[in-house]
Amino acid sequence: MNQVVQSKPAEKKPMRQPIESGCPDGMQYMHPLMVKNFGKWKYHDRPRPGVLHHVAYSGDEIWTVRVGTQRQLGPYEINLLCDIVDKYGEGYVRFTIRSNLEVMVSKWEKVGPLIQAFNDAGYPVGGTGNSVTMISHTQGWLHCDIPGTDASGVVKSLMDELYAEFVREEMPNRVHITTSCCQINCGGQGDIAINIQHTKPPKINHDLVANVCERPSVVARCPVAAIRPAMVNGKPSLEVDEKKCICCGACYPPCPPMQINDPVHSKLAIWVGGKNSNARSKPMFQKLVAAGLPNNPPRWPEVAEVVKKILYTYKKDARHWERVGDWVERIGWPRFFELTGLPFTKFHIDNWRGARNSLNASAHIRF
Amino acid sequence: MAEAQKPPKDPARHSTYLPSEKKSTKPFHPTPMLDQLEGGPWPSFVTGLKRLAHENNMMVDLLGQLEYSYKTRLGYWKGGTVSVFGYGGGIIPRFSEVASMFPESKEFHTLRVQPPAGNHYTTKILRQLSNSWNKWGSGLIAFHGQTGNIMFIGSTTENTQHFFDEINEYGFDLGGAGPCVRTAMSCVGAARCEQSCTNEHRLHRTLVNNFIDDMHRPALPYKFKFKVSGCPNDCMNSIQRADFAVIGTWRDDMQVDQKGVKDYIASHGRKYTIDNVITRCPTKALSLNDDDTLEVDNKSCVRCMHCINVMTKALKPGKDRGVSVLIGGKRTLKIGDTMGTVIVPFMKMETDEDFEKIRNLAATVIDFWAENGLEHERCGEMIERIGLANFLEGIGIEVDPNMIAHPRTSSYVRMDDWDQEAQKWVERQKQDRAQKEKSA
Repeated sequence: MNQVVQSKPAEKKPMRQPIESGCPDGMQYMHPLMVKNFGKWKYHDRPRPGVLHHVAYSGDEIWTVRVGTQRQLGPYEINLLCDIVDKYGEGYVRFTIRSNLEVMVSKWEKVGPLIQAFNDAGYPVGGTGNSVTMISHTQGWLHCDIPGTDASGVVKSLMDELYAEFVREEMPNRVHITTSCCQINCGGQGDIAINIQHTKPPKINHDLVANVCERPSVVARCPVAAIRPAMVNGKPSLEVDEKKCICCGACYPPCPPMQINDPVHSKLAIWVGGKNSNARSKPMFQKLVAAGLPNNPPRWPEVAEVVKKILYTYKKDARHWERVGDWVERIGWPRFFELTGLPFTKFHIDNWRGARNSLNASAHIRF
Repeated sequence: MAEAQKPPKDPARHSTYLPSEKKSTKPFHPTPMLDQLEGGPWPSFVTGLKRLAHENNMMVDLLGQLEYSYKTRLGYWKGGTVSVFGYGGGIIPRFSEVASMFPESKEFHTLRVQPPAGNHYTTKILRQLSNSWNKWGSGLIAFHGQTGNIMFIGSTTENTQHFFDEINEYGFDLGGAGPCVRTAMSCVGAARCEQSCTNEHRLHRTLVNNFIDDMHRPALPYKFKFKVSGCPNDCMNSIQRADFAVIGTWRDDMQVDQKGVKDYIASHGRKYTIDNVITRCPTKALSLNDDDTLEVDNKSCVRCMHCINVMTKALKPGKDRGVSVLIGGKRTLKIGDTMGTVIVPFMKMETDEDFEKIRNLAATVIDFWAENGLEHERCGEMIERIGLANFLEGIGIEVDPNMIAHPRTSSYVRMDDWDQEAQKWVERQKQDRAQKEKSA
């Protein structure tokens, strides 16, 4: 079935029909104790940072060791991690949504040597409970077609800085940090989100627009109707009303000649208080707190500084179980800006649709 | 600050290891900026890329292009059209704009592959996937992309077909890319979590595998995502990131082990319990009795999960479990962020018929949206445009006060047939009561 066609697709050999099997059944790769106790778990606790302990009604117990990874793994890393799991674990793993590797074992005695083996190989164990877990990230310059910045590099440099908070559980509650390389924000909501924010309208290569872009779709894509068809230098192209343009970059994916990324003017913005969980408060969107930070590879020190400022203010001031968004709701935005020392500007006041809902329509004022 | 890294015990078995032998024939490009991402305690993706660059020329030039991006602060990948025989999507084509400088990685496509539900793997299958990719691609795999796919990064057009043929034979299939049903996600759920209220993995596969044609042959207005979380902690971020979010919940009383409550108070203190559990309840449904037992006003409980998260040994979801369905979550483009909103407050999810029912609901929603959504309009944006009431009518679901935060505050509305609509509610209430009596 898998014979290699020696680079002669012109041969009359029929192409292989795909098997449309869809999403594979996870049961076949699952730890036997998890199969046995599926849906019959009683409670859990965390004996130490980086380790979960689940107890089933049957009396069975399972321990999970959570390991931070670089997300992008090659054969060396996969075999290194698998060798450790095979030697000290039981051959079964899973990945969390934030690219942490979880290794399940049936005996507490196996946990210590397993952690030691990962640490000896240079992999941190942590990311559970009230820690700063792995930053969720996107593709960036490594592979995306529209990135304003890198993803893996931002994450690597930040996780170097926050390493101690990954391996400990010393935050008020869990901290989910996300990064996104454009304003589409594939990284999603986060307690702290680091996202590209463009500050200048796209630069248009009018020679290419007519050949590359489906112009009506591009016009339709603009959230503020700032794009219109135009003849430029005798060629059909598009023009942007630069006063209307909000520099979001939505026109760039369907029309690459409308370059939005700029080495200087594509900045980084920091947003806080996003959360998907329903615990305590309803799920919340993240809110803008800082912007104008330089896109400064390879280590983005200015971003790290603001993130750490927010993170350690939260660590010091928030109560147990408050996520960043819960904390700010309690102390209020004036206090947030006071404690973090971040400037509050007219740009923090929303003017998009529904913006009125974000104004303070009350006499509830904090001093 | 970063903690100092200890010297590795066994340098050849460490995340900082670099092979001494170089098998790739092309000399390395200088990478002074990327080199700075090799220090520090967190495992370095750059060291990983360099290991691969010792093996193949494609990664030598990939590193060169990445360094060039770091230097110029711009990306240099362009899309295109690549797929495997029989499919229209599932591959992210990448052609380099700077191929003259870095010719070996001029084609660097990614295959999106659906992981097993719940992201479970044996070391055996991980190694097998890695071996296949090492044979046909760059060797680099991301576990996982933001939509939930295993991302096999870096292959030529021809080899994407060979790789797909190989892994497809042992049970893996491509995910979605483009305007189609996308790869879904489900939490660890019932496999290892006492808070799980449903069979997340079965739901995940029931939903997504029913739309496999819509995944492999993109023809919808835009992307459509399913995500399944077993409880309202929503570890899969479904409410914000899925067009069709399924979240486990329960409708009877939560389970309270009063001895567990007392044990918790004994070890954490009464004040701590009051400050961190009782007063944190968003609907004030909790009260601590004088004898350190917990009183729960279950009618007011909104299933937020906070107290259950804190007192894991004392509190649990109830026994009459099922799911809520929330529709329309998405990020910024184009109208601004939307959370999914409640469309079905509660559905049992136990029998084959229950699963059939949710599959049909998903089909109805996708059909209605495919029919009525504008090009590049997510389901949530369509609902925003046409109004929730019209959407509900379109998919044949009756209104329910659980769908709203509060009733309308604006009087600008025509209400010609108020009486008939009110009568519908009365009739439905009557039916529900009869149903309850029958089952009781």
